[in-house]
Amino acid sequence: MADVGVGTEEIRVALGARLLRLARVTFVHLGVLPLLLAILVVGFGVAEPRFVSGQNIFNVARQATYLTIVSMAQMLALLTGGFDLSVGVILAMTSVVSAKAMSSVVAGDPNAVGLAITLGILAGLGAGTSMGIANGFGIAILNVSPFMMTLAMASIGFGLALFMTGGVPVYGMPTQFGATLGFGKLLGIPVPVYVTVVVILGMYVLLNWTRMGRYLYAIGGNIKASALSGIPTRSYLFMAYVLCGFLASLGGVMLTARLETGEANIGAAMPLRSIAACVIGGVSLRGGTGKLGSVVLAAVFIDWFENGMNLVRIQSYLQMVVLGVLLIFAVVMDEVRHRYMATLREV
Amino acid sequence: MALTDAEADRPPELSSGAPALLRLRGVSKWFPGVQALDRVDFDLRAGEVHVLFGENGAGKSTLINIVAGALRPDEGHLLLRGEAADFRSVHDARQQGISAVFQEFSLVPDMTVEENLFLGAELTTGPFLNKPALHRRAEETLSRLGFVLRPRARVNRLSRAEQQMLEIAKALRSNVSILILDEPTAALTERETDRLFQLIRECRRQGAGIIYITHRMNEIHRIGDRITVLRDGRRVATLEVPEATGEKLVELMTGRRIEAFFPRVDHDPGEELLAVEGLGAGSLVRDVSLTVCAGEIVGLAGLVGSGKSEVGRACFGIEPVHAGSSRFRGRPVTRPTPRKMLEAGLVYLPPDRRTEGLVLERNVRENIALSALSLPQFSGRVLLKRRSERGICARLAERLKIVPRRIERGAAFFSGGNQQKMVIAKGLTRNPGLFIMDEPTTGIDVGAKTEVYTFMKDLVEQEGAGILLISSDLPEILHLANRTYVMYRGTVRAELKGAEITEQAVLSHCFDSGTGAAGG
Repeated sequence: MADVGVGTEEIRVALGARLLRLARVTFVHLGVLPLLLAILVVGFGVAEPRFVSGQNIFNVARQATYLTIVSMAQMLALLTGGFDLSVGVILAMTSVVSAKAMSSVVAGDPNAVGLAITLGILAGLGAGTSMGIANGFGIAILNVSPFMMTLAMASIGFGLALFMTGGVPVYGMPTQFGATLGFGKLLGIPVPVYVTVVVILGMYVLLNWTRMGRYLYAIGGNIKASALSGIPTRSYLFMAYVLCGFLASLGGVMLTARLETGEANIGAAMPLRSIAACVIGGVSLRGGTGKLGSVVLAAVFIDWFENGMNLVRIQSYLQMVVLGVLLIFAVVMDEVRHRYMATLREV
Repeated sequence: MALTDAEADRPPELSSGAPALLRLRGVSKWFPGVQALDRVDFDLRAGEVHVLFGENGAGKSTLINIVAGALRPDEGHLLLRGEAADFRSVHDARQQGISAVFQEFSLVPDMTVEENLFLGAELTTGPFLNKPALHRRAEETLSRLGFVLRPRARVNRLSRAEQQMLEIAKALRSNVSILILDEPTAALTERETDRLFQLIRECRRQGAGIIYITHRMNEIHRIGDRITVLRDGRRVATLEVPEATGEKLVELMTGRRIEAFFPRVDHDPGEELLAVEGLGAGSLVRDVSLTVCAGEIVGLAGLVGSGKSEVGRACFGIEPVHAGSSRFRGRPVTRPTPRKMLEAGLVYLPPDRRTEGLVLERNVRENIALSALSLPQFSGRVLLKRRSERGICARLAERLKIVPRRIERGAAFFSGGNQQKMVIAKGLTRNPGLFIMDEPTTGIDVGAKTEVYTFMKDLVEQEGAGILLISSDLPEILHLANRTYVMYRGTVRAELKGAEITEQAVLSHCFDSGTGAAGG
């Protein structure tokens, strides 16, 4: 005890232990995202100063809107303990159907631009949402596993979209569609950002301030306990997939406006990217936990990450590899997180 | 308190006659942020059943995990037959003759009984499995133990009790010198329990030492030799079983004095709440009639598998009903569903908190409010009233003394007793008239048990609620119920009132006629 060095060493160890515990608790609550964001900003920021410039962040914000919306859709399915592998083809169907509808209305009457756009959007949303309805019916009513149902739906949707287009992009939409919803700005801020903000606010209210939100978390956490609590679990599962389809479809409309064509393969990477965003954002693959804010941040993170890789000229093929690795890393971290949760439970 | 401290200082060997089979000296174990064991000494003699007793979280599980080789102590050491032992894994400990049966089963559901029995110790000829030999050995083992299990049955087809027996058979497959049993009787019927106790006595005669964890007072006296009480990771006392009265154990375990284990409930039966006539449900229950009135606790006793739980579940609408009729508050109930029954004022508290009662991922507040969110106190037309929700849940947490009283904390982080209180609080949000409590105190420590009992008393006496108490814990029924029904193989065999409710009377109706008193 006479040795002062030992005393300070003890304090340092105690402090270290406390910091470690704090890090663990933060990790359990927020997941791996804070760590990844820090690595991203510091790593790319040092390698390429343009990465953190205002102009670049502005670009990323606009680009990220599509993934953000689809990730929120995916989040609804994940919260209930399932997932939706068909979000990509929901985007594709929406894109193809809305483009076809618009181009055929405009072809009939070149002046009916407003009508064409309205009908096109409605047709696209209808097509996408009906795929969500089919998913919900299969999963909630027929008890098909979400994996099989949405995997099969992905094949059905992709096949239909290719069949309708013959594999060729659909052109001939009114230019105003892309000019407003795709490239338009209001007070200097891109229109897609407004749409996304509205969706985020809507989702925030839904998840945190309505019975439906609470029930989705409960069903994902423990469907038996939820049923015994008098919750109509099937209806809410059904609604989760319908809403998931609707939101993915909305993302499809926005992306179609941006690309100014209807394409059958626009959403190919979306299932992976949206699930990655949710998992990185701390949504548990077992359902029942996950915060909206983190999912939105994680979606922006993925787009920003891809943007960073573009800036430092990493090949797009390699980017797919990196994204896959990142997803596995996030899933592993989700497991580690559950284990920590278990040890913290032994209090 | 002085008494307690003095006992803690006394070395655990009360008589130095028998040599210690296993000795733990100053064993400590830390988990992130908590010390699970604090310099614990523990002795196990050859040929004794040593009961470990304590509240959930007192360190019992950590202790047996260390002995079984699943965890390693951070401090202190183990002596096996006088020699220092350091188990690197469960397998390692098993090689030394230490077998454990944990509460969580380690069975592969899709494999057969015999495959599970010899999992990790398969019989082979050369590189191939010797399946005929395996089958023979499995049959031998099972018949030696007296367990009625088909070796070729798939584990996922077995009942919980059968799985428990298989788990025990696994532990006793080879010669064991130390056997660890963690609440082994929780899922067993009375007869299977008897058989298990016979086996334990046999092991004891052969000189094995048994570490036995239980919350059931009567088991301690039936099978235990010595008992060690743990509290907050420390050994509080080690005593001979005959000295260990219920009140004394509770006092040692909780560190506070408890006047009576069971409160006296003043029943005042009023209007009839639930009346069931000729109920047939599931594949088991047939022709069950019973009534529960406001202001009384009605027991529903019977062995595991007698269908008593199914009756409760059928009333709540989660077990298919195919015959009979029921009335709740005088109104006929057609096709009950949980939602309808909750709205009518009937709450069912499931026996398994973790799988049916709570959403462990969510916090206390959300769990408590879950079944009542459609009430005007909790939500308006569209939005939830979160401030009001917080207030109501905080008051209920206060009323049920949920510890710690942090309603934003995840339900998973609470002890079993506190989780049970959450389930009760959840039932209270709707202010129901009738509670169907299915095994309300399984797996919770004695301190929490008394709290639950007191709470039941308050519900009946002060709020005039009715309670249908479904329980396999006979003392619970004997002390709390005003009337009790005894079920046997899916039907009600007897209705006992007041002074008629004795252990003898209840048990005599639980078994086949003739073997009646054997269980007492």
